[in-house]
Amino acid sequence: MSAAETTLTPTSYISHHLSFLQKPVGTGDFWVLHVDTVAVSVLLGMLAFGFLWWVVRGATAGVPGRRQAFVELAIEFVDDQVKGIFHGDRHSFVAPAALTVFVWVLLMNAMDFLPVDWMGLFYEHVLGLHNFRSVPTADVNTTFALALAVWFLMIFYSIKVKGLGGWIHELFCAPFGSNPLLWPANFLLNIIEYLSKPLSHSLRLFGNMYAGEIIFLLLGMWAATGLAGTVFGAILGAGWAIFHILIVVLQAFIFMMLTVVYLSMAHESH
Amino acid sequence: MNINLTLISQAVAFAIFIWFTVKFVWPPLRTAIDNRQKTIAEGLAAAERGKHDLELASRRSADVLRETKEKSADILAQAERRGQQIVEEAKAAARVEADKVVASAKAEIDQEAERAKQVLRERVAELAVAGAEKILRREVNATAHADMLSALKQEL
Repeated sequence: MSAAETTLTPTSYISHHLSFLQKPVGTGDFWVLHVDTVAVSVLLGMLAFGFLWWVVRGATAGVPGRRQAFVELAIEFVDDQVKGIFHGDRHSFVAPAALTVFVWVLLMNAMDFLPVDWMGLFYEHVLGLHNFRSVPTADVNTTFALALAVWFLMIFYSIKVKGLGGWIHELFCAPFGSNPLLWPANFLLNIIEYLSKPLSHSLRLFGNMYAGEIIFLLLGMWAATGLAGTVFGAILGAGWAIFHILIVVLQAFIFMMLTVVYLSMAHESH
Repeated sequence: MNINLTLISQAVAFAIFIWFTVKFVWPPLRTAIDNRQKTIAEGLAAAERGKHDLELASRRSADVLRETKEKSADILAQAERRGQQIVEEAKAAARVEADKVVASAKAEIDQEAERAKQVLRERVAELAVAGAEKILRREVNATAHADMLSALKQEL
């Protein structure tokens, strides 16, 4: 890799793999775009939703084909989950949004299965990119973007369902009661809740995927200790990958469930 | 680990994907699934109806069968009775006929016997005459009877 000409230390190996492909689009730290994150996530999204759209466009009410049955299985799964939590017209927004979240996050998480060093070689020698990270959900920008979007939707639906007055009333009068003495406590608690929701929502996913990536990198470093270490590292890597299947699906599921829970909480008044 | 413009671009991508799913992915498949559910529900209802109908039909067929069996048993009994009656009648008729035949046979036999007696009687008379003739022929002797004949000539 790029470190071939310099000495390859564990630190340089890891930091190399954890460097984004950055593209400054203005002055300042904020005006930087992680091209790898955006490219991979948009590509995955287009593939996934393009596929869904393609299957759904030819959907038949009769006996479904294998492809349609698979898509129906995914949709029914999400729909069942939403049905249990959200009571209202879920088909107009909440259920499809949950499907979007689940499918997209699942695929972005699943990028973690691609072997880091092989992908590094591919990006380096086929695409000519020195730094390229495959897993968009290991980028805190992605998880925050999703969580904040859900957060705004939550506030939007709170106001839409209860009205602006109702929402503000709830900020001050729930959960303890409408006694004016309790207003500060209510408000404080609601602020903490509103702050903690997107943080826990996004950092849970980010932390899991980031940690997963780092463990793959650490296991990959066994290769530096010789043939026995390489074999050992490969076995451990396989074990971690198998365990990671659970994490990838579970985190996507949790992210979807929290999205649905937050949105359904926004629809309910206290 | 730094927040930057990627956040905005990811949020925009997310919004677009949600919009796409809400608009193009979810509704057609929901419609398809709903329609299929309806079709299946109708099919199940029809099957239930069919089962019900079948039950009714089988009950009715059992009824009809039982009725038919009863009727056929009736007919059989009637036929047997009728048969016996016919046999009885035939027996009675045969007896009458037989009596008649026997009576006529007896009458004929009597007649025959009468005729036979008649013939026998005639034959006996003839035989008696013939016997008498033979006896007479041997007894009649010109010499023996010459006295009588001469006496007769005298008288003449």
